[in-house]
Amino acid sequence: MDGDLKARNRTVGAALRHDSARKHTTGEAAYADDLPEPPGLLHAALVPSPVAHGRILDLDLSPALAVPGVVMALGPADIPGKNDISSSGRSVEPLFAEGLVEHWGQTLALVLAETRDAALLGARAVRPRIEALVPVLRIEEALERQQLLLPPMVMARGDAQAALAAAPRRLSGEFRCGGQEHFYLEGQIAIAIPGEDGEQTVISSTQHPTEVQHIVSRVLGCDYNRITVECRRMGGGFGGKESNASWIAAAAALGARATGRPVKLRLPRKADIAATGKRHPFLYRFDVGFDDTGRVLALDATLAADGGHTLDLSGGVIMRAVTHALNCYDVPDVRITGLVAKTNTVSNTAFRGFGGPQGALLMEEVLHRVAAATAQHVDAARERNFAGGPNGGETPYGQPLEGDLIRRVWAEAKADARIEQRRAEIAAFNAAHPYLRRGLGGFALAFGISFGLLHLNQAGALVHVYTDGSIRLNHGGTEMGQGLFIKVAQVVAEVFGVPIERVGITRTSTAEVPNTAPTAASTGSDLNGWAAHAAASAIRGRMAEVAAEQWNVPADEIRFEDGLVRHGNRAMEFGDLAELCWKKRVSLSATGFYRTPDLSWDPVAMKGRPFFYFSYGAAFAEVVVDTLTGEHRVLAADLVQDCGRSLNPAIDRGQIEGGFVQGLGWLTCEELWWDKEGRLRTLGPSTYKIPGSRDVPPALRVRLLDSAPARVETIFRSKAVGEPPLLLATAVWNALRDATGLAALDLPATPERVLMALRAKG
Amino acid sequence: MDTIVSFFLNDKPVRIPPGTSPTMTLLDWLRGPGRLTGTKEGCAEGDCGACTVVLERHGRRMPVNACLLLLGQLHRRRVRTVEGLGGAHPAQTLMAESDGTQCGFCTPGIVMSLYAHAQEGGDPHEALAGNLCRCTGYRPILDAIARLPPEPPSCGQDEAPPAARFETADQVFHLPNRLADLLDLRAADPAAWLLAGGTDLGLRVSEHRERPPSVICVQNVPDLSAIESRPEGLVVGAAVPYRDLLALCEAEAGFEPLRPYLGRLGSRQIRSLGTVGGNLGTASPIGDMLPPLVALGARVRLASRRGERVLPVEEFLLDYRRTALAEDEVILSVFLPRPPAGRLFVVEKLSRRHDQDISAVAMAATLDVADGVVRGARLAFGGMAATARRAEATEAALLGRPLAEESFAAAAEALRLDFSPLSDWRGSAEYRLAAAGGLLRRLFWRAAAKDLPHDVMSVPAPHAPAFAAGTA
Repeated sequence: MDGDLKARNRTVGAALRHDSARKHTTGEAAYADDLPEPPGLLHAALVPSPVAHGRILDLDLSPALAVPGVVMALGPADIPGKNDISSSGRSVEPLFAEGLVEHWGQTLALVLAETRDAALLGARAVRPRIEALVPVLRIEEALERQQLLLPPMVMARGDAQAALAAAPRRLSGEFRCGGQEHFYLEGQIAIAIPGEDGEQTVISSTQHPTEVQHIVSRVLGCDYNRITVECRRMGGGFGGKESNASWIAAAAALGARATGRPVKLRLPRKADIAATGKRHPFLYRFDVGFDDTGRVLALDATLAADGGHTLDLSGGVIMRAVTHALNCYDVPDVRITGLVAKTNTVSNTAFRGFGGPQGALLMEEVLHRVAAATAQHVDAARERNFAGGPNGGETPYGQPLEGDLIRRVWAEAKADARIEQRRAEIAAFNAAHPYLRRGLGGFALAFGISFGLLHLNQAGALVHVYTDGSIRLNHGGTEMGQGLFIKVAQVVAEVFGVPIERVGITRTSTAEVPNTAPTAASTGSDLNGWAAHAAASAIRGRMAEVAAEQWNVPADEIRFEDGLVRHGNRAMEFGDLAELCWKKRVSLSATGFYRTPDLSWDPVAMKGRPFFYFSYGAAFAEVVVDTLTGEHRVLAADLVQDCGRSLNPAIDRGQIEGGFVQGLGWLTCEELWWDKEGRLRTLGPSTYKIPGSRDVPPALRVRLLDSAPARVETIFRSKAVGEPPLLLATAVWNALRDATGLAALDLPATPERVLMALRAKG
Repeated sequence: MDTIVSFFLNDKPVRIPPGTSPTMTLLDWLRGPGRLTGTKEGCAEGDCGACTVVLERHGRRMPVNACLLLLGQLHRRRVRTVEGLGGAHPAQTLMAESDGTQCGFCTPGIVMSLYAHAQEGGDPHEALAGNLCRCTGYRPILDAIARLPPEPPSCGQDEAPPAARFETADQVFHLPNRLADLLDLRAADPAAWLLAGGTDLGLRVSEHRERPPSVICVQNVPDLSAIESRPEGLVVGAAVPYRDLLALCEAEAGFEPLRPYLGRLGSRQIRSLGTVGGNLGTASPIGDMLPPLVALGARVRLASRRGERVLPVEEFLLDYRRTALAEDEVILSVFLPRPPAGRLFVVEKLSRRHDQDISAVAMAATLDVADGVVRGARLAFGGMAATARRAEATEAALLGRPLAEESFAAAAEALRLDFSPLSDWRGSAEYRLAAAGGLLRRLFWRAAAKDLPHDVMSVPAPHAPAFAAGTA
């Protein structure tokens, strides 16, 4: 494939703005709830469980029906298909709880009404009788009770126990990180519109239209071909609309099936936060063996994720956590055990990074402890243990890392941050100030790109060229703000050599491109870019044949550029050639398909090549901490991110900055707080605090790694950028430790956690 | 007496059909009957800003949360939504050109905040504090703000609105415009919601979907909206929004420390509507305005048909969300005594996020030091008890002690005698005590070492960014 057009690129590599940017600013960009409501629309509301754990004795829905405007109330018995919304298919996960409730806020039933207020009132009127059971809320407790959602996942190389025993020095540790609410600004929503013959059109704010189609069909008990799922755009996703959108849509579709009327289910913010999954909190325990130089020789670690009450996507999350537990470091003898604990909390799910951010925390803790034990700076310990160079260059699962790129991003971030000079400034400040302390922390990253589930690494596209030369682009990827649509449009414009304005962007629909993977795992532009490239190239090839015939020249000498089709001194408008093709009865429409090559994975041995390539990055962050109150602030951050040869540097920069700030929120201010009864009490932005503009480092410097085309055949040698930058915020955790001298600091490092850790240290 | 809600929406007159609930939120009306879906619902609790629209009053633009604003409050006012900017306002073009949009859902609200900021000016972070963006990391939005051309306020004074009463089958909404009428209404219907800005009561409609049978809105009563500056202090009407109080504090000797503190109270959207009287009436233990009122020894003036009375704020606040307000009374105004020159007045707040967060602990302190000895101290805390109140044992521990770090560290230990705080999502009891002690110790450094950067926000960044230079 012609993947590297180099200097000929006109559109690919240009810093074009988001295709909807202008419409975003005028309010014209329509989200699901903005669409004109179809006549007869009913509104739906969920009936949530009032307890975290219990046996359902009686679910009487008649009080809901007594509320004026309520039309119908549906419980588990009203599901014509299966009461199962599991995305993995490895367990049964009910749409409506049956028999047992397993988390506070779990959906018990659905109320349908003429107005949204009536539906909400109706849902509130239901008073389920539930015999309360003791909830298990903490990972530790679940582990003690052996409540696991999956068998342990073990990745090993060498003999960690023997190497630990043989290591000159040893230590062990334990720490925790918290979960994270996605807080997409647009809450979960689906509109199900019934049609003929059991058909339904489902407008869903989803990252995974195909899975919405499957789960709606499973719940309704119908063929997939009855259900068409559409999504023009989401108001943010971040993983929160990968699996969770499916059951929201299934509930709406169930209502539409039962009433024969269109049904909209839009969750109020509190209901959304209560009922949808979040990033997995983790508990870490480790034994590490090392020598006096700080070289880590052996590591035996357990990463225990809080899966919540069902499996959802936890299998993939723990796999990514385990495969990223060494990040960009080499440890010769290693055993990483991944556990997914079952607790009575909402089922945790995909969130930007998908376990990778949690996995990568392990070596940060290990290196801090080892550095402290060997009296060296943690950054020296980092450099001592980078994969490649004098150390081993392979991950424990057998895939090579590019040691030169690890060292390059690290060196460039160090240089950008002027760390020697800054350390001196910081030391002088700290010596002079009675209670404020500044600190500098670094971080380096190798993030594997591809879906952990091998079969998801595929994509389709559908491209039409019309006889005026305008192009209609459709593919399986979804737009959640990340700029996928403009990037793929750039690829298509590049192939046809036309201005980007000629490429029409259209909503994602299961009716146009079927059987797709979710837009997730940072793979959106890698997969859909190639699929669209394949479709466009097929049409271009046919068009070139027609032009070649017209001019009596070889087809491979026909060039498509500047909106023209050229050979030597001859040229015609792209649209004229399209018209000519039609007259010659040549198809101007094609599907494109792509599957990522060269992937392999043995899930039992935990060996193989699960990732097409790695994305590298490095960061330094500077913080200031008030040791009297625990308040802190990030003053500066220098980020270097490998985007290969960027498809669109403006979009990529947006992903880097946005990802970093989202990671900053996860690690510092965003805290999910459950009370003793297992009720989540941080249900809205008044209590769950995501970063605001002032939390962004006033000196935030971002650089895309220069002259670093991907070494494998990615689309135009670009690299994925959706998730990796989120992990760069880990530098902030390290900076907080540098500032405070704290050996241990659980996450999120809220002012409270910082102050209490300082006081415990004395 | 007006009986139909009418207002200007994007310069066009709108009359709300009779029968429409006067407590419907503007957001619900816009997205429903108004068919203007540019304004988004992100949280329905006034915290995310996706529903930001602008009220234009007396030629000034005030950003507000449409989710908290009730139709009745809009009567005879001028509202602008994103659809009313024409599509090419610099707030729009700059946001697009700066890559300030990703998913775009927060964008219309941010555009409206920028539209207001073009006139308001000031700290760009204050302009954005009421708008959450989950995608961009804000940097490009701050870039757009830095390039936003300032726009002068337009001249013009809105007419004083006539009295109004909006009635439906199950609701009545009163908009009196005279104090005597307000007091009559209050006496006749003590169960009615007494609504000022609605930033607290509005939540009960927007989020909890309540339909109050009866509402008395005080916003048009001139006596409650007056501000008077006297040598001995400020008289602030109960319905004066924080926005105006904040502007006043900037200019009034002795009250300057309140300015940055009020800059963290809610957001510009909240401060356009929220009032001092509302904070007093709600009497939340974490009402941000209460600790400074208690520390300053402020007095509240109450009125009813029976007459007026004055109470110290300390006596007005009885318990958790309970006050001395009689059922026929309204809060008329509050008097803030002016701190004399030489008295240290400090107001502090600890929260998880600097901006637009409810405090875990708030402290207001006045300190008189003579010859290196603490001669007077009034310390009021919020978030430490069922209501904002003074720390008397701690004050006693400071009095007569030298201005020294040890004195304040010792006083911090006395906080345990004054308070047994609760644990919740904003902070554990232990943290609240420890952090309140930290604030007290920081008070020493504010008093003794005035040139230090005293908190993390006062430390400059090691290298200046592009967008900090272009502060509008």
